[in-house]
Amino acid sequence: MANIGVLIEIEGGELKATNFGVITAASEQGKNDVYAIVMEGAAEAVKDQLSAYGAGKIVAADADGLAASPDLQAAVLGAAIQEYSLVGLVGLASARGRDVFARLAAAQGLPMAADCVAVDFAAKTVQKSHFSGKTVATIRLDAEVVLATIRPNAIEPVNAPVEAEVLQFAPAVSGPGRVSIVEAKLSGSDKMDLTEAGVIITGGRPIGSAENYKILEECAAALGSAAVGASRAAVDAGFAPHSMQVGQTGKTVSPKLYIGCGLSGSVQHFAGMKTSKVIVAINTDKDAPIFEKCDYGIIGDLFEVVPALTEALKEK
Amino acid sequence: MQIYVCVKHVPDTAANIKIAGENGYNDSTCKFIANPYDEYAIEAAVQLVEKQGGEVVIVTVGPEAALATMRGAMAMGAHRGILVKVDGQFLDSDITSQALKAAIEKDGAPDLILMGKGAVDTEGFQTQYRLAAAMNLPVINEVLKLTVDGGKAVAEREIGAGSREVLEAPTPCVLGATKGLNEPRYPKFPDIMKAKKKAVQQFTLADLGIDAAGAKSELLKLEPVPERSGAKILEGSTRDRVVELVRILREEEKVL
Ligand SMILES: Cc1cc2nc3c(=O)[nH]c(=O)nc-3n(C[C@H](O)[C@H](O)[C@H](O)COP(=O)(O)OP(=O)(O)OC[C@H]3O[C@@H](n4cnc5c(N)ncnc54)[C@H](O)[C@@H]3O)c2cc1C
Repeated sequence: MANIGVLIEIEGGELKATNFGVITAASEQGKNDVYAIVMEGAAEAVKDQLSAYGAGKIVAADADGLAASPDLQAAVLGAAIQEYSLVGLVGLASARGRDVFARLAAAQGLPMAADCVAVDFAAKTVQKSHFSGKTVATIRLDAEVVLATIRPNAIEPVNAPVEAEVLQFAPAVSGPGRVSIVEAKLSGSDKMDLTEAGVIITGGRPIGSAENYKILEECAAALGSAAVGASRAAVDAGFAPHSMQVGQTGKTVSPKLYIGCGLSGSVQHFAGMKTSKVIVAINTDKDAPIFEKCDYGIIGDLFEVVPALTEALKEK
Repeated sequence: MQIYVCVKHVPDTAANIKIAGENGYNDSTCKFIANPYDEYAIEAAVQLVEKQGGEVVIVTVGPEAALATMRGAMAMGAHRGILVKVDGQFLDSDITSQALKAAIEKDGAPDLILMGKGAVDTEGFQTQYRLAAAMNLPVINEVLKLTVDGGKAVAEREIGAGSREVLEAPTPCVLGATKGLNEPRYPKFPDIMKAKKKAVQQFTLADLGIDAAGAKSELLKLEPVPERSGAKILEGSTRDRVVELVRILREEEKVL
């Protein structure tokens, strides 16, 4: 039994569903004791959800000014490593996870691997993408504690209920650091973040306008909890905001289902979605490179196929 | 303002990566470029200096061949460069940050250090933080909007689904740039010619007193990710094909 910590993320009051796969990675089929670290003051509220996936210790972490200081959050994680004798600490490779884990690694002089798709705590190895998803690297982290962020949705959550207890943790950590979060500018939309989504439907350059994304949004609604993405060509043309871009210079996603509509299949786009479980392409050109790299293809006009797909999804 | 921009020499994102040995790749056949995120950092630095005056220095830790990449960065408006020469394809981010720190501190006192949010070869996303910690400076990464004024940097980063957070840090600080911050300029021919004459100082790790043997992470293996073998193309009328697709996704793949 090894003690492994997981940084839990709660956003806008909601526990991110992608936390569960990280708990699954930490528990290694029940081999490890999982310490789920909750900083948002909601430890009691999320206890049952976290323990359903194998987190037996729910750590309610608190410190003055924690929410506004990423350096302080990193310091609290560092203190948790000591307090609970953690030999591994993992979290989501989200905007927050990427930032806090890198701060922690730098402050403590520990090695760290970002955006991993597999972790082996005993061997102290991780697997992660190198070269835009063209290669996978196996890296050994030579330290007492394995620090890694995990690509959201890369590890399938496994239901593994355990008894859980809440531990109060208020470490004496010094100073808030010199970086402060002064404001949150919420988009105000109820759109799901792409990296969180289990299903993504993406429109490329031929979508032609911002309004035309409506047909993808309708299809997303019919698909269930799906998010809508865009290619860089569509973002650069002003059809969609950068927050919707998938790929090398956009988001890295790993949903169960990725439907690409009017995408040529560029290396840079694939860098951001290659680890999706099933990839479907809709493209007018039978020779489009995307058909070489996906699982199912429909040769046809997205403006005809997508609405038809939406209809078919609505029928039971 | 004295701005240092850290630029990494990386294979083109479209390059075919051929694995060589257990943990290397054939770098003699692929085209190298400046790490795409670093271009946003160079552009931001050049714009700041155009407005507020000062100097932009490119700092690269890489092989001799990185000189060409540095010339490209200087053609975008940077004034001079420092190259810390290393052999080997992969350098631990901790050692890289020590090299960057030593090169910068030997040269001058930074008002700002800019770099990309991460490198597209190793996708490590941490050198910014290690450099900042080593130099005892604040760091903000994934910056897509920035103002630097009156000894303070105000930066925005995305936190998900289009929401952003605004962060503040006193300067000097380390900032990692990402897409959205600006549109990197394409150098014009005279700028490319001028860049050829700009000074580049060169050091080795040993010159800077750094021992590359202290690495704490080790690349054990590099393997190609197999591409999918090609799509199953659905046939029939549009209606038939979408109905068949929904059936496959629900019943066979079980992803819906
Ligand atoms: C450093 C770098 C980083 C990059 N980062 C990214 C990134 O993060 N994300 C990204 O996406 N790209 C990125 N790119 C750009 C990438 O190389 C491609 O240019 C881009 O992905 C192409 O977008 P697209 O597939 O939408 O458009 P296109 O390449 O124009 O392809 C459109 C496709 O749609 C098909 N089509 C046309 N009309 C229809 C229709 N009515 N119905 C169905 N199909 C139709 C066409 O046959 C074609 O195959 C990057 C490039 C570089 C150099």
